[in-house]
Amino acid sequence: MSRRLSRRARLTLYGVLLVLCVPFVFPTWWMVTSSLKPVSDIFAFPPKLVPTSVSLDAYQRVFEVQPFERQYLNSLYIALVVTAGTLAVSALAGYAFARIRFRGQNLLFLVVLVGLLIPSEVTIVPLFQMFLKLDLVDTHWPLILVPILGAPSVLATFIMRQFFISLPNELEEAARVDGLGRFATFYRIALPLARPALGAVAIFTFLHSWNLYLEPIVYLSTPEKFTLPQALTQFVDAYGGPMWNVQLAAASLTAIPVLLVFVIAQKQFVEGLAHTGLKG
Amino acid sequence: MSQTEEAAGRGANRPAGGAGGPAPVPVDGSGGSARRPFWTSRRRDQLTGYVFIAPQLFGSAVFVLLPLALVVWYSLHEWNVLAGTFDYVGAENYRALAEDPTLPSVLRATALFSVGLVLCNLSLALLLAVLLNQRLRGTVVFRTLFFSPVVVSLVAWTIVWGFLLQDNGGINGLLDTIGVDGPNWLRGEATAMVSVVVVQVFKNVGLNMVLFLAALQGVPAELYEAAEVDGASRARQFWRITVPLISPTILLTSIITVVGSLQVFAQIAVLTQGGPGTSTTVLVYYLYQQAFQFHHFGYGATLSVLLFVIVLALTVLQWQMRRRWVFHES
Repeated sequence: MSRRLSRRARLTLYGVLLVLCVPFVFPTWWMVTSSLKPVSDIFAFPPKLVPTSVSLDAYQRVFEVQPFERQYLNSLYIALVVTAGTLAVSALAGYAFARIRFRGQNLLFLVVLVGLLIPSEVTIVPLFQMFLKLDLVDTHWPLILVPILGAPSVLATFIMRQFFISLPNELEEAARVDGLGRFATFYRIALPLARPALGAVAIFTFLHSWNLYLEPIVYLSTPEKFTLPQALTQFVDAYGGPMWNVQLAAASLTAIPVLLVFVIAQKQFVEGLAHTGLKG
Repeated sequence: MSQTEEAAGRGANRPAGGAGGPAPVPVDGSGGSARRPFWTSRRRDQLTGYVFIAPQLFGSAVFVLLPLALVVWYSLHEWNVLAGTFDYVGAENYRALAEDPTLPSVLRATALFSVGLVLCNLSLALLLAVLLNQRLRGTVVFRTLFFSPVVVSLVAWTIVWGFLLQDNGGINGLLDTIGVDGPNWLRGEATAMVSVVVVQVFKNVGLNMVLFLAALQGVPAELYEAAEVDGASRARQFWRITVPLISPTILLTSIITVVGSLQVFAQIAVLTQGGPGTSTTVLVYYLYQQAFQFHHFGYGATLSVLLFVIVLALTVLQWQMRRRWVFHES
């Protein structure tokens, strides 16, 4: 719809868009500014949209109340390992399902696709029992193995397959004529072409792992092993009430780095998703 | 050892996929004999295929299919973790499910949440996409802002909203300055449900917006020009051209959103803990309570089966609808 708009229509549109922005932007603004306010100002009336005095106490408390740097590291390394693992598993499987002919291919693909129909909440009870038997409860293994190999990676495999199917046959035939084997064709020809799809899969795998909440609270019980989402809910005072400023400071520390990366690479985020992620 | 056998032996020792260096194709091309070696290039290729899918297949078997079978198996047992007993009880858990006095309220909350979320999310996403699809400077900035909550950690987002929705929090503070006495959002049954829906809508509506935007950009401009010539109003153009042409995307986003809405957990756990009463206890939260707070694993498994059946039924239903009203499938 690329019709030129009149000046008045343009101004109205800007006005509407600005108003619509409020519920998307204000919470983040409120989170960061409130975390910088002295405790006495947090529930001040009328609300202080811009802090009048700045205090970093809350940020100091974040690290005193919990082993927060440890928890930060846990979330980060788990998300990175899960992302790398998912990329490897899904690129290999997606490529094979798209471009190699082998017996039982369609049946095996259907078997794998079952994972798309099963929300991870459905299998959390038996998975917990399995990891309990393996003595892996209260370790990070369930948070790493299940996303890489289980239902969450099936979506990634599906996306990769859709991408590899769209590659022209001639590319691979040329590679074969040049004497490249299957793995070399995959690794040197197909994989570099799949960069946009890999990017989309990487972004969403990382965010999925970074946001995981049910799984950590089911599997983990030692504060040193907690991940960020779980840790954020633990900033409570002696009476069980939330320590708002500390909690908001921790939430800001969790959200801001990812937001910065997003703002820098927003094109890849948004267009990667729209064009390679979920089309087809 | 004949020449052919030797070639076959070499072929078998070659790493699957032939990663090391150029492999002559076909591998047995030099052999003068009529007997073909076992490891033809086709066979090796098949093997490579199996090797490539092995991790995913193994994962699906162990972390998807096995737990799915186990969850059904568990649901047929009475499982007392403290006493260490695990007894077959047949359909007992399912009878308990049918008679559970809390279940109707749980299903009602789940349905309310899902319907509210899907309607608000899809209509807001479509509205935003249409607004951003106008010829206007700076739409990328707005697109970035609308999308930004998607990358904010879910629990962080929920905590801020929880803070804003306190009785003496930011929202009521702002309402107060214009003379409106806001309710205690998270403590009233209706307002608590509205709150969790709203928090979730603003968190993820950017995803659907982006998908809609891509679909809108695929609608040929000539169609609108032709409609304009015919004197069709904007609203008519929207309903008669835009909506039918992007209907495949509407279907896709609605499936994703419906299934996602049934999985809501963190928001409930952080904002309301299922309350007040059981007014926001959705199915997944109830499942979590039964299995991991009350250690009723057998009953938790039964609720998991129920969740699976609901997700499956809704997905099948939506795919069926595709035939009815989705415009074209290419």
